[in-house]
Amino acid sequence: MMVSIKKVALSALALTGLVVAGTATIAYAAGSYESSYEMKHKHWHFSGIRGTYDRAAAQRGYQVYREVCASCHALEHLSFRHLGDKGAPFFMEEFKNPNDNPYVKAFAADWQIPDIDPETGDDIERPGIPADGFPDIFSNPAAARASNGGSYPPDLSVIVSARNGGADYLYNLLVAYDEPVPKGMEMSAGQHYNPMMEGGKIAMAAPLQEGLIEYAPQEINDHGETKTIQVEATVEQMAADVTEFLAWSSDPKMEARKSLGMATMLYLLIFTLLLWLSYKRVWKDVEH
Amino acid sequence: MSGHPSTYEPKYAATRWLDQRLPIIRMGADFMGFPSPRNLNYWYAFGGILTLCLITQIITGVILAMHYTPHIDFAFDSVQRIRRDVPFGWLLQPMHAVGASMFFLAVYIHMFRGLYYGSYKAPRELIWILGCVIYLLMMATGFLGYMLPWGQMSFWGATVITGFFGAVPFVGESLQQWLLGGYSVDNATLQRFFSLHYLLPFVIAAIVGLHIWALHHVGQNNPIGVEPKSKKDTLSFHPFYTVKDAVAIGLFLLIFAYFVFYLPDALGHADNYQRADPLKTPPHIVPEWYYLPFYAILRAVPDKLLGIVLMFAAIAVLFVLPWLDTSKVRSMRFRPVARWFFIIFLVVCFLLGWCGKESPDNMVFSVGTNDAGDPMGLNFLWLSRITTLYYFGYFVVILPILGLVEKPKALPDSITKSVLGSHKKAEA
Amino acid sequence: MSETITNDDHETVDEGKRDFIYIATGAVAAAGAASLAWPLVKQMGAAADTLAAGSIEIDLTKVEVGQQLKVLWRGKPVFVRHRTAKEIKDAVDTDIAKCPDPQTDDERLVANPEGKLNPAFLVMVGVCTHFGCVPVGEAGDYDGWYCPCHGSHYDTSGRIRKGPAPTNMVIPPYEYLTDTSIKVG
Repeated sequence: MMVSIKKVALSALALTGLVVAGTATIAYAAGSYESSYEMKHKHWHFSGIRGTYDRAAAQRGYQVYREVCASCHALEHLSFRHLGDKGAPFFMEEFKNPNDNPYVKAFAADWQIPDIDPETGDDIERPGIPADGFPDIFSNPAAARASNGGSYPPDLSVIVSARNGGADYLYNLLVAYDEPVPKGMEMSAGQHYNPMMEGGKIAMAAPLQEGLIEYAPQEINDHGETKTIQVEATVEQMAADVTEFLAWSSDPKMEARKSLGMATMLYLLIFTLLLWLSYKRVWKDVEH
Repeated sequence: MSGHPSTYEPKYAATRWLDQRLPIIRMGADFMGFPSPRNLNYWYAFGGILTLCLITQIITGVILAMHYTPHIDFAFDSVQRIRRDVPFGWLLQPMHAVGASMFFLAVYIHMFRGLYYGSYKAPRELIWILGCVIYLLMMATGFLGYMLPWGQMSFWGATVITGFFGAVPFVGESLQQWLLGGYSVDNATLQRFFSLHYLLPFVIAAIVGLHIWALHHVGQNNPIGVEPKSKKDTLSFHPFYTVKDAVAIGLFLLIFAYFVFYLPDALGHADNYQRADPLKTPPHIVPEWYYLPFYAILRAVPDKLLGIVLMFAAIAVLFVLPWLDTSKVRSMRFRPVARWFFIIFLVVCFLLGWCGKESPDNMVFSVGTNDAGDPMGLNFLWLSRITTLYYFGYFVVILPILGLVEKPKALPDSITKSVLGSHKKAEA
Repeated sequence: MSETITNDDHETVDEGKRDFIYIATGAVAAAGAASLAWPLVKQMGAAADTLAAGSIEIDLTKVEVGQQLKVLWRGKPVFVRHRTAKEIKDAVDTDIAKCPDPQTDDERLVANPEGKLNPAFLVMVGVCTHFGCVPVGEAGDYDGWYCPCHGSHYDTSGRIRKGPAPTNMVIPPYEYLTDTSIKVG
């Protein structure tokens, strides 16, 4: 019996794959306590091979970050000008150089940036310019911990990439605060129950509340045209919006990558086909 | 240079002049005209794929080194800067990271091909050994490179692996501190790892040169393991195998591109997007997928030093394989019993990889709980032990014995006969 | 040139016809190689953060009459001088035929959006065109700038008058955003 090695190897692969997949369906557990929380799987605008960022959601998400999260969390790898890059929430066709983008300039000026007075040499704070990076929120990690009960508020610029589950994880973390504490779990002062955290305990209090902010009444398209909108600031809405914004922050080049990916895959398909036809042609009259 | 006579004739005065002084065009012409067995299947394309992988890694790596800063205070930020601000950095950095995984995927297929077709047997033992050296260097290069982004996994993975050297008796601690350049993984370690990571690929390239030289001296093996007996059994490498390799490369690039463009982080760890923190250990330290089987072997043994020894032994055993396998028949196509053991070996390697990823205490499957409330069944620790046993048993027990007791199938007289034979079957 | 690759059995690949499929494959391969080379070449160009620092806005109200602001732009000093009336007069009254690098003062200024020139402010790259030293202001025989390295003298319009420097100090690309602020670069 001449069994093709290919067939056997493939079936071995498939078998192992099945075993692995079967075991991998073991539920996502929060520590060793029984948690009845079922993760909500949102369909994100940016998922899939042709996904793009929901511009309006990311704009609202920036507002949520600015008004809620920025009291403790930094965006250390972002500069203001990134907000105006191609693929970014505030990109405008007219302003290819994000330094000139009026929204970028306005958002930058909204922040106070530590600097040194060129005349006196003193430490000062001045309004930001597009080329500045988002500033640190606390002067150093020790100060950050001291202001937050010993816990360090993590930087958010790559948070969606830095957590297993990515956007789903972040969204669920933000909306799952209302889950009841499981029987037998004891929470100390300064700890809150959240089923998404490994171990179930998180130092951050629920950051979002219904109506905590009032969304700006317009969204801006990439030609600078504004459209009046009315979006209610529910917990789910803010969580989804800030997740969209932070997803962009973690992977600002995703749209460029996916669009080049489409072109590349098509090219490679055609090229491989041509190579295969060449192969057939070369080997046509040869015994093999 | 090779065991086959050169047929190159320089046509122009200039090329004749060059040929008399440095026969480099002759070398190229001989390479292209190399008589290769006519029955090579697509499993033989992985050498060409690996060459492409090495070139890709070197080019993307040299480019990344233009923008990367090998200092603990700047490394993580410089990688983010590459991804955000450097023109096409968002493409080049994932190409390099995914490229490393593709490199290992190709090398494993290449090695398994060698195992199945007996490509390590005389007179090709040295090609195999050089290949094992390349594999070791690849593992070293990958380990050094993974440290460079200075994420949590970078730091803690390096801490774990460099910790092995501390287990060496008597000199362990001094050896470890010498390697680290200090008492723990720190800037001294990162900078030297960067230097060595830049160096080793060129050492790999040199050994690949020797690997191909040795191959050309004895000629390629082929799926039936019967050496070419006449020119009829062979075809010129170009265009027959250049075009076939090109097709395989096209398919490989499709897989590579899919990961780079759509799943760039799928083969990595989320934890490596967190800056390294010496004060906080991640809950699960795991190496990159291509090290997982060896990680499983390491953890299968309760004793730390013995685990390290066994892990290195798992690679060392490959070096002596040509002398462990006693079979006179090369290809497992004609070794029906050995083939089954090979398939089990393949499955075992996948299982070892799975064990490396999982925590040893986790259950593979449970069949209830005992009186103390602990689950009963098979945990990953025991699965690692069973599969490690088979891994070593395959090389040290099964192959040596099988070669002596197995009755192989009848070998075809020649490659051409086997090729014509298969055609007759197809026509029938 | 027609060539065949043979072994003893005369199994050939007849390249004499230059098969369309080979040409197509070769062309697609070449296009792919060129597309691949593009990012490899482009990545060495200025990165986004370098480009961002490549333009700066300057508030002219900060510079008093007779004072000079020195700002770092693309790694070089830019002089923003608020010229006195005398300096402006000297700059305009010069016989440019006598200058080694003839240029009127007006040619060294940039108009605001309405088309009006503002001779009160001179904006130039403060790098001597000889070997790149930074000239000292309010110095030299022409009351402009003097370069201590090899003794080049510049006038109140930044034009070379005496010394080894070949050309006038460079006027950077800039524009008036408002009457009192400019963007350089």
